[in-house]
Amino acid sequence: MKQKFNVITSTCIPLPLENVDTDQIIPARFLKATDKEGFGDNLFRDWRYNKDGSIKKDFVLNDPRYSGVILVAGKNFGSGSSREHAAWAIAGYGFRVVISSFFADIHKNNELNNFVLPVVVSEGFLQELFDSINEDNKMEVKVDLPNQVVTNLKTGKSERFEINGYKKHCLMNGLDDVDFLVENRDKVESWENANK
Amino acid sequence: MNTLFDKIWDKHVVQTIKDGPTQLYIDRLYCHEVTSPQAFAGMRARGLECFRSDKIYCMPDHNTPTHDQDKPVEDPISRKQLDTLDKNCDDFGLKEFKMNTKDNGIIHVVGPEKGLSLPGMTIVCGDSHTSTHGAMGAVAFGIGTSEVEMVMASQCILQQKPKSMRININGKLSPNVVAKDVALYLMSKLTTSGATGYFVEYSGHVVRDMSMEGRLTLCNLSIEMGARGGFVAPDEKTFEYIKGREYAPKGEEWDKSLAYWKTLKSGDDAIFDKELNFNASDIAPRITYGTNPGMGIAIDETIPTLDTIDEKEQASFMKSLDYMGFAPGEKLLGHAIDYVFLGACTNGRIEDFRAFANIVKGKKKADNVTAWLVPGSWLVDKQIREEGIDKIVEAAGFEIRQPGCSACLAMNDDKIPAGKYSVSTSNRNFEGRQGPGSRTILASPLIAAAAAITGKITDPRTL
Repeated sequence: MKQKFNVITSTCIPLPLENVDTDQIIPARFLKATDKEGFGDNLFRDWRYNKDGSIKKDFVLNDPRYSGVILVAGKNFGSGSSREHAAWAIAGYGFRVVISSFFADIHKNNELNNFVLPVVVSEGFLQELFDSINEDNKMEVKVDLPNQVVTNLKTGKSERFEINGYKKHCLMNGLDDVDFLVENRDKVESWENANK
Repeated sequence: MNTLFDKIWDKHVVQTIKDGPTQLYIDRLYCHEVTSPQAFAGMRARGLECFRSDKIYCMPDHNTPTHDQDKPVEDPISRKQLDTLDKNCDDFGLKEFKMNTKDNGIIHVVGPEKGLSLPGMTIVCGDSHTSTHGAMGAVAFGIGTSEVEMVMASQCILQQKPKSMRININGKLSPNVVAKDVALYLMSKLTTSGATGYFVEYSGHVVRDMSMEGRLTLCNLSIEMGARGGFVAPDEKTFEYIKGREYAPKGEEWDKSLAYWKTLKSGDDAIFDKELNFNASDIAPRITYGTNPGMGIAIDETIPTLDTIDEKEQASFMKSLDYMGFAPGEKLLGHAIDYVFLGACTNGRIEDFRAFANIVKGKKKADNVTAWLVPGSWLVDKQIREEGIDKIVEAAGFEIRQPGCSACLAMNDDKIPAGKYSVSTSNRNFEGRQGPGSRTILASPLIAAAAAITGKITDPRTL
């Protein structure tokens, strides 16, 4: 999952619903695994498949007109449960970027920790993006992490997005927080000694 | 500035990374079987041992069946996940409160009742309802599995410091209005994202008057407003609750701890990034009608009509009502229901069982209702039996099941069938939360009890 991140240009899959919670991204009955593999197969399981396992043709992941590695979702994406399985499902399906006007805190961290980039845009930019995809499902979006700029290539409109410098460095270089923290164990010991 | 949140957070900062997050020291890591296996696997792959194994406590709770816990778990995948936690605890030398022992229960119920969650602590768990422990005056919040691994590896996580919010609820709650109603009221006012990015301090007369159980319920639901966590400054009630519990400080340690805990309050000059005020007299018994916890109404109100909903949110609103089988403007009082669930980390404590028993006493369960009464821990179960609550509910046609998360998220056998209505004291009414196709109406234990004996949505004030 540690895919280095730089500039990504891709078509998008639109999901213009608000408050998409992590129970929808990956239902609890699929949380029984003890590894991180295969969650992509059950991404949005109950919106994507009928009870008998047949596909729901009207759900966007089953619509052949839409493809790409960028998911564009409505406000408050990833609310609810802290399950990182939701991020594993999104990454496992092949998404590299999720664009929304608002993310829930824990899920946003979970995406970042799995090298999926959450891009927060303004409500106006998001609405225009949905409109652009609606008009032309082959339109592309460019996500430039080094410059922190997202561009709707159909309208040419750009917007800057925020990410802290440390996390940006991690994403661009395939580094993770555990390595950093283990290197800093001496600082933890110092803190413990000072706070006995 | 100078809020209690600042005081606890800042004290735990190991370092602040330039243009990056804070490295925060964690006093307690709780693990359950669902969100820990991949973290343990990561530790193995890196060849690491837990840095501070004595600060980690593990609890199987999500997959545990609520009957026949002494027999092998029937679902082989659940069994494997439970066995994996046992093995991981053995391999990494961690304390585990094993299934079907007196120490077991839902981690968010057991942590406080064992005296493990204490004022001034930083507490994390791979579970969004970790905010529950905030009731003890701790900074407690849910994290992902990668972050669980960080804590195992270093007893720290990297985290941006959230903003601070104070929610003051003043006045006095009316009879039959409880902590769950307060939380449901706040969610409907703030929406499920209104507190995102914030850590909430609950304050005001209502919170001071609340029992510890009530505060645990209130803090539990902080995440449903999007908050990173929520807490109540510790007071005499908190200290009284903690004193004498199994892991609570004793003797000289107690005196020292107590002296420190008494300093844990926001300064009179504290400045919050946001401050909200509510009045108890505006809060009635509440239920939800939709598929997120913010979609709630007072029990005698009607579902909002479409014209009152923001245009951009109408599609999500209608999708939600279609799922629930409700219509805009509909009144839910008197609507038939099929299941009742009393339990979860939200309402699985002794006070919740007392409230339920108080209403069903001398009455009979409605024939059309299947009811699951699931204590939050074996200690709660013990209290239920000591107080004779088991006899009262059994006489009314109910049974007490064995402790665990149960139908809150249906990872065990306790699933609400598709299309059926469940009045549930749990925390989430998301699509499929209680089983594929299940329709959840969140409510207090009082409303759950009223529904269980009448078979329909009933205002407990009218019983």
